[in-house]
Amino acid sequence: MTAHLPPPRIAAAPHTRTVFTVPRTMLTVIAALTPATLLGLYQFGWPAIFLFAVTLAAAWLFEIACLWVAGKPLAMFARDGSALLSGWLVAMTLPPYAPWWVGVIGAGIAIVIGKHLFGGLGQNLFNPAMVARAMLVIALPVQMTTWVAPVGLLQGPSPWQGLAITFAGAMDYDVLASASTLSAVKSQLGAGAAMADIAPGLAGLQDRLLGHVAGSLGETGTVLLALGGLVLVALRIITLAIPLSLLGTLSALSALFWLIAPDRYPSPLLHLTSGSVMLCAFFIATDYVTSPVSAAGKMIYGAGIGALVFVIRSWGSFPEGVAFAVLLMNACTPLIETYVRPRVFGRTRSGKPLPLVSGTGPGGRR
Amino acid sequence: MTLRSLATLLRPSQVFTLRGGVHPETRKHLTCDAEVVDMPVPPLLRVPLQQHSGAVAEPLVARDDLVLKGQLIGRARGAMSANIHAPTSGRVIAVGHYTAPHPSGLPVPTITIRADGEDRWGEHLPRLRPEIADPDEIAAQIERAGIVGLGGAAFPAAVKLNQRKKYPLDTLLLNGAECEPYLTCDDRLMRENAEELVDGAGIMARALGVERIIIAIESNKPEAIAALRRHRMALGVALSVAVVPSQYPMGSAKHLVLAVTGKEAPARARTAELGVLVYNVGTAHAVHLAVRYGEPLISRIITVSGGAIARPANVRVRIGTPVSDVIAFCGGIEGSADRVLLGGPMMGLPIQNLRVPVVKGTCGILALSPAETRPRDPMPCIRCGSCVQACPCGLTPFDLNARIQSGDLEGAVKIGLMDCIACGSCAYACPSSIPLVQGFDFAKGKRAERQSRKHQAEEAKRLAAARLAREAAIAEAKRAMMARRKAEMAARKQAEAGDGAAAAAPAAAPRSPAPGAELQP
Repeated sequence: MTAHLPPPRIAAAPHTRTVFTVPRTMLTVIAALTPATLLGLYQFGWPAIFLFAVTLAAAWLFEIACLWVAGKPLAMFARDGSALLSGWLVAMTLPPYAPWWVGVIGAGIAIVIGKHLFGGLGQNLFNPAMVARAMLVIALPVQMTTWVAPVGLLQGPSPWQGLAITFAGAMDYDVLASASTLSAVKSQLGAGAAMADIAPGLAGLQDRLLGHVAGSLGETGTVLLALGGLVLVALRIITLAIPLSLLGTLSALSALFWLIAPDRYPSPLLHLTSGSVMLCAFFIATDYVTSPVSAAGKMIYGAGIGALVFVIRSWGSFPEGVAFAVLLMNACTPLIETYVRPRVFGRTRSGKPLPLVSGTGPGGRR
Repeated sequence: MTLRSLATLLRPSQVFTLRGGVHPETRKHLTCDAEVVDMPVPPLLRVPLQQHSGAVAEPLVARDDLVLKGQLIGRARGAMSANIHAPTSGRVIAVGHYTAPHPSGLPVPTITIRADGEDRWGEHLPRLRPEIADPDEIAAQIERAGIVGLGGAAFPAAVKLNQRKKYPLDTLLLNGAECEPYLTCDDRLMRENAEELVDGAGIMARALGVERIIIAIESNKPEAIAALRRHRMALGVALSVAVVPSQYPMGSAKHLVLAVTGKEAPARARTAELGVLVYNVGTAHAVHLAVRYGEPLISRIITVSGGAIARPANVRVRIGTPVSDVIAFCGGIEGSADRVLLGGPMMGLPIQNLRVPVVKGTCGILALSPAETRPRDPMPCIRCGSCVQACPCGLTPFDLNARIQSGDLEGAVKIGLMDCIACGSCAYACPSSIPLVQGFDFAKGKRAERQSRKHQAEEAKRLAAARLAREAAIAEAKRAMMARRKAEMAARKQAEAGDGAAAAAPAAAPRSPAPGAELQP
C-alpha cells in the first residue's frame, strides 16, 4: 500500500478537455485580423492609429462598466477578449479620419446596446460591431462617409496633426479627401454614367487587393483579410461554409447582372475587392454567436448575406450594404437554426428510425 | 457467398467515414511499448458478486470456507447474470458488502478472500474441442466461465451470443479500436497474444455460425495491425483486419459497424439486426482460455497510466485486486492526482475509495494530474458549434443544454436527447467548458425519474380505484345480505303469523323480490 494517496476528486466524465478556450479563440481571431489592421493603420497614418486606440479602450471600459452593473464576475469576463474583438471590429469599419467621439459612440453602441442589453457574452441576437456600424451610418452620415486617400504613415499628417484631426476635429485635410470605390461607382452610376466610363477613374485591381484605396480603417487590405481568414480556417476556428457561400453568392449574382448589362452593373471582381466584403466574409459573418451552427445553416446564412449585399449595393440607397445584410441575416438565424438541423445517427431527416438493411458485403444486400 | 468470402480474404475492407468525433491527445506512448507484466497475487482480494450488467450472482461459499483458484463462488442468477470464480486459492474471510468500484461508493455484495499464497488450481472446466463442438456447447462453456464483455460495459458474453437465435448473423466484429486515450491494454493483447485471440475469435464465429470475422483496429496501432494481419483464417472462418481512423468514439459499437460495413444501425436497434455482433478483442482471448484450457475469467489486463502514476504499465491482475495495490505495484502516485479513474478519461468513472477492487469490466486505472484534466470554470455558450461538429450522433448539444437548463425536458427529448450515447465528445470540445454530456446524463436520469413517478402515480391511482370498487362491492354485498336476512326474517315472521292468519300472506309477498333484484349488480 502506498504511503499516502490524496483524496481524488469526483466529477462526471469526460475527465479531460480541449486546449481551446473562449479567450484563446478570441485572441486567435484578433491575431488573424492584425496584419490587415496594421496595413490599414500604416496606410491611413496617425489619425487612424489614434482613432483605433480610442475605440479599443472605450470598448473595454464599456465592457467593464456593463459587467459591473450586471454584477458579473469581472475577473473572468473582462479577460475573455470578446470586448476587445468587438471594439476592434468597430474600429475597422470606421472612416480613418473620423473624430474620436465617433469611435467612442460606436464602441458604446456595440458593447452596451449590441451585447450587454441582450445579456452579455453569447446572448446577443445581432452582431455588436454591425449594430454599431449601422446606427452610426444612419445617425452620422457625414462623418461616416468622409474618406481619405491612403497616403501612408510617413507622407500623411504628423503625429501632432493626427492628434488635431482625431481629437480637435480639425478639418484641414481636404487635400486628402477621396471617395471609396463603391461610393464613386454608386454616385456616378446614379448620375447616368456607364461602367465603361467610370472604371478608368477607379482604383486599379492591384491597389484594391493590396489596400491602396480609400475606405474604412481596416477593410481595404483584401488579400491580408482573406489570408487571415484562411489561417482561421486552418486552425479550425471557423469553417469555410460561410465565406464560400457568401462570396460565391455575391460573385454569382453580380456576374449574372454584369453579363446581362455590363454598363449598369460593376464586375464581380470589383464587388469582391471593394468595401468590406472580405472582412465580412471571414470575420464578421462568421461570428459564432449570431450565425447558425450547423453546416447547412451556415451555407444558407452566408448565401443570404451575399445576396443581400448585392441587392443593397445595386438597388439600395447606400453604396455599401454589408452591415445591413449581416443584421438582416442575424435576424434569420434562429429561424434557420430551427429548421436546419443535422441528421441524427440512426434516423432519417424527419426523425424516424432508419429502415433496416441487412446483408453480407460492405453496404450490400444478401 | 464463397466468392465474397474469397474477396474479403484478399482485399482489405473498405472503411467508411464517420461524422463528428474528437481527437483528444492519446498519451498512449506512456504504456504502449512495454510488455504486459503479471502482478503478484495480493494478500487480500475482494470479489464483488455483481461485476456485470444484470442480476447479482448468488454466493456459493460461506465465511471460513477454503476455496481453490478457479472455483465457482458465485452462480449466475436469472437470464442476465454471470458466474464468479475465485481468483486464487485461500480462505473466505467475509461474505458481505463492500464499496463498489463506482463513483457512488455504494456497497455491493462481495466475497473477501485471504490468499494463501499457493495459488492452487481447483478443478478446471471441462475442455472443449471447438472444431467439433456444438454451438450450444460453446455458448454453455462461455457462460460457465463467467465471461463478460471486457471493453467496459461487462455485458454477459453468453447472453450476447444467444442473439444468434434471434437474428440472422453474418459477421463477427472484434472491437480493437481502443479509442479512449491512455488505454493500451487491447493494443498489447493484440500484439502479444494475436494467435490466441484469433483462435478465440474463431471459436466465437463457429458458435455464432457467421461467415466472416473482422477485427477493427485504429490506425494508431500499426504493430497490432501487423500482428493480426498475419492471420487470414480462424478455425476455417475468413478473417480480415479493418484499419479505422484514430478518432474518438470509434469504439462505439454502432459507429464501428458503420465505419467497417457502411451500415448504419437504426435508432434503438441492435447491431445484431444488421447481422453484425460486436465483441471486444479481450473477450475473444478470454473465450480462447475458457474453451481450450477450461480457465474461467479470473484475471485481465489493465492499463495503469496517467501523469500522476510513477511507472505507467500494462498489468495482468486478478479480479478482486484492490486498486490501491495495483497503483502501488506501479510505483504509487507521484505528485498530485486531480482524480483517479476506472476506465479511460472520456467515459471512465472516478472513484473516491482506492481500496475498491478491480472487476471484469475494469480496463484501466488512471491517476490524472491537473495538467491533464484541465479543470476550468464554465463560461457562457458562444454558439461556436464545436459541440455540433464533435457529436458523432448528429445532435445539437448546445441546444439540448439550453432546453435542459430551462427545464424543457420534453423539448430536449424532441431534438434527440435519448439518441445521445454519452460519449462526452461535446463536453471535451466545448471551449467554454460547459458540462454538456453531464447535463444530458442528468436529464436522462430526471426523465427516467419523472416517468417512474408518473408510472407510480398511475399505479397508485389504479390501486385506489380498484380498492374503492372492492369496498363498494363489499358494502353492496353486505347490504344485499342484510336485505336478504331481513326478507328471510320477514318471511319467517309471516310464516309464523301465517300459522295464525293465512290471509296476511299476499300482503307480504310483493316485498320479497326487491332485495333479490338488488343482488344482481
